[in-house]
Amino acid sequence: MKTSINQFPGSNRDRDMIAAITKISGATPQSVWHSETELPKSDLIIIPGGFSYGDYLRSGAIAARAPIMDAVRSAADAGIMVLGVCNGFQILTEAGLLPGALMRNAGLKFVCKQVNLKVENNRTNFTHRYEQNQIIPCPVAHHDGNYFADSETLNKIESEGQVVFRYTPDTNPNGSINDIAGIINEAGNVLGLMPHPENLIEADHGGDEGKYLFESALHPMLDTAA
Amino acid sequence: MTIRNTRTITPELVEEHGLTTEEYDQIVVLTGREPSYTELGIWSAMWNEHCSYKSSKKWLKTLPTEGPQVVLGPGENAGVVDIGDGDVVVFKMESHNHPSYIEPYQGAATGMGGILRDVFTMGARPIAAMNALRFGSPDHPKTRHLVSGVVSGIGGYGNSFGVPTVGGEVNFHARYNDNILVNAFAAGIAKADAIFLSEAKGVGLPVVYLGAKTGRDGVGGATMASAEFDENIEEKRPTVQVGDPFTEKCLLEACLELMKTGAVIAIQDMGAAGLTCSAVEMGAKGGLGVELNLDLVPCREDNMTAYEMMLSESQERMLMVLDPDKEKAAEAIFIKWGLDFAIVGKTTDDLRFRVLHQGDEVANLPIKELGDEAPEYDRPYIVPGKHSDLTADMVEDVKDYNKALKTLLNSPDICSRRWVWEQYDTLIQGNTLQIPGGDAGIVRIENEDGETTGKALAFACDVTPRYCEADAFEGGKQAVAEVYRNLTAVGAQPLASTDNLNFGNPEKPEIMGSFVKAIEGIGEAVLALDMPIVSGNVSLYNETKGQAILPTPTIGGVGLIPDSSKCATIGGANSGDVLFLIGIEAEHLGQSLYLRECLDLEEGPPPPVDLLTEKARGDFVRAAIRSGYVSACHDISDGGLAVALAEIAIASDKGANIDITSDFPHAALFGEDQARYILAVNADYADMFAANSEGSGVSFTRLGQVAGDRLIIGDYISLSVQEMKQLHESWFPEFMAEAT
Repeated sequence: MKTSINQFPGSNRDRDMIAAITKISGATPQSVWHSETELPKSDLIIIPGGFSYGDYLRSGAIAARAPIMDAVRSAADAGIMVLGVCNGFQILTEAGLLPGALMRNAGLKFVCKQVNLKVENNRTNFTHRYEQNQIIPCPVAHHDGNYFADSETLNKIESEGQVVFRYTPDTNPNGSINDIAGIINEAGNVLGLMPHPENLIEADHGGDEGKYLFESALHPMLDTAA
Repeated sequence: MTIRNTRTITPELVEEHGLTTEEYDQIVVLTGREPSYTELGIWSAMWNEHCSYKSSKKWLKTLPTEGPQVVLGPGENAGVVDIGDGDVVVFKMESHNHPSYIEPYQGAATGMGGILRDVFTMGARPIAAMNALRFGSPDHPKTRHLVSGVVSGIGGYGNSFGVPTVGGEVNFHARYNDNILVNAFAAGIAKADAIFLSEAKGVGLPVVYLGAKTGRDGVGGATMASAEFDENIEEKRPTVQVGDPFTEKCLLEACLELMKTGAVIAIQDMGAAGLTCSAVEMGAKGGLGVELNLDLVPCREDNMTAYEMMLSESQERMLMVLDPDKEKAAEAIFIKWGLDFAIVGKTTDDLRFRVLHQGDEVANLPIKELGDEAPEYDRPYIVPGKHSDLTADMVEDVKDYNKALKTLLNSPDICSRRWVWEQYDTLIQGNTLQIPGGDAGIVRIENEDGETTGKALAFACDVTPRYCEADAFEGGKQAVAEVYRNLTAVGAQPLASTDNLNFGNPEKPEIMGSFVKAIEGIGEAVLALDMPIVSGNVSLYNETKGQAILPTPTIGGVGLIPDSSKCATIGGANSGDVLFLIGIEAEHLGQSLYLRECLDLEEGPPPPVDLLTEKARGDFVRAAIRSGYVSACHDISDGGLAVALAEIAIASDKGANIDITSDFPHAALFGEDQARYILAVNADYADMFAANSEGSGVSFTRLGQVAGDRLIIGDYISLSVQEMKQLHESWFPEFMAEAT
């Protein structure tokens, strides 16, 4: 199992992600700089959190057009697993790899706190080590996490099990429509979520509920290869 | 196009530069002639209060700065302290008061940027930040706007840069109405043998400009920060810089990458007075001259004059002296990170600071005199008078203690700061063990391979300005003692401290007097508690229209936790735990928040600090925490015993039954006597703990037990944890939501 972590100037949870993958898998992931045009052989590609290029335009908009993203797109098309967390989720929506958009938080402020997530779909390669409908705590830290999609898209992702994580209604930190925290693409190999499972993998973090997402992805059950 | 550099030096121009006639006369002597306009700008940039410490130097020299743990004390960008295993912690606190009042978002953001740069300039990766904020009265029409702007500015910069904010302070007082304080702290970790300094070495070596381009923002900022405000303050907005955390993050990574190559001989960030101050410091410290060619400086605006370039405070810039053999490799790293890299000058052996622009020599000044021989004043001072005693029997007893506690929990200075710190990323880097809201923030230490070492650092910053106003000496001591207690309360051994001294106009003898006495108190306390001052910053002239702020010497402290599995937090109390008070029953209500919030009085002396008692009790508490049977610990400060118990109850979501009686219940409940802690001890170990306290000669009282969902204190107080939590949490969001 080879994991790659894409780094953009302004990525800042790349180090957290590298630490989490190293601790969970026992192997250090490969770091890939944004200006590369090819990815090393990877079974899991992770786009970590941060403020790529400062996020001075729309969050993730510039990174979605970085040279490396064509390679990510091809890999995703080929069924390779792609995980985007926080800024990574924003980049995946901007790149068109996931539907919908992430707007400014409804409270207009950056928010860093613990929320509760409901695992809405555990039949994915990213979530099979959770129970269906399991409620897990997870931290969030973002300014633009307010998920939105038009009603047609929303109906589709809701009816086809593409909503994978949902904030419990009392902990929705950003006004996301239908309390959506994380979604997966139709093919089931590209997941984006705003919360930070990489910051909840050991006792020192106050819990390890985030670890199971990575354990799931590092030991996929379903064949998503195209 | 040629830019003219001529402007006649008039007395008015000299005054606009914040220089006195005597200072100007000395400048003429040192220059050997009348200075050019650019030279006048350079002199004023180096000789203003902010850069030269001319009013404070004499007193700063009296502070204890040494100890076996100190690797590098004041004088560099930040202090360096040994934390064992070849690692060091690099930290400093710095103010950005004036800019934050003029433009709160950018002022606070660039304050963060500046302090982070100070830390990584030395080769350390920042791992923790804190901020100490003082705002005007909640009733003042500008307060909400300033709180909102400052908090989002700090968050906007720190969150994007990627450093966790783990602690801080927020106070409100009318004396900050027109002069808020923004004190930012940052700490980083480095290897003891890989610390980088600003002292230039070697003649004829390239002086390299790195980072962002130079613009007109911040021209004259340091001079602005060295003067009182008047009604024309709006005109000073252009002196505030604009922050770009993205460039700073790239600059961090590029600098750390470059430092690993061995190419860096000396490095200095461009902070106050930008290019001038950084170049002069590198040269003066190294006993070398520096020649700069401004035609090579990357500029973001057209037709900038030499004066503007030399005084610009554009952010995210560095100056380095590089090993010429590694110049190419260095350039490649900066290109990778999308940053400007330009050789703008060289070191020389003539001790002159020479600046060339468009073929002209626009400045040629003696570098040592610019740097080291700035004026030093022994300003006259008057030791402020002291308040007469205010004993408990002289203070009205409100009788309704439930109401008093509710008032305090819902008051601006005691309520939860969650509204503030939820806007800061407190978790990034994955090593935060205690987020804000506890006594001290705690961050795990990793080794170079990203593995945890079992060690952790604790961070706290404190000062109680109302105490300092009433008695600067005791207030100075108390600021240090409270940092000591907050670090101790999580199980950390306090190692060293940084001071950020915010005062009014030092030319007024009574202000200077409180400055002198506060330093005396700080010095005595850091000596007694072994927390030498390793870095710091002085911010004077915090006055508007003649009204000075409360004296506010903020102290930031760092403590070491050798085994992070054995630390205590405020929220760890379990049902059945026995609660102990370390210290004696309170009797001091002078300058307490009970007095201010319940009786609307600010009078009496502050609680005195007995440093020997602080040390003895602190050592005992720390040892108890490290032996593993303390489930929660909290020091007693603002609001006294009742508020401290309520805070433990709220954080632990548990009630308590406390059995106390007192002849002066208002003092026992709300008195702010120092050197006191509350500990929750596993019931199985309670007798042993009591015996240990007795054996150690430390005063203690068995207060009662953690139980139920109400805080019941004798016949005095009975409140549900739920209600207390609601009061504690609601003030800040409600205040910020109110329409103005």
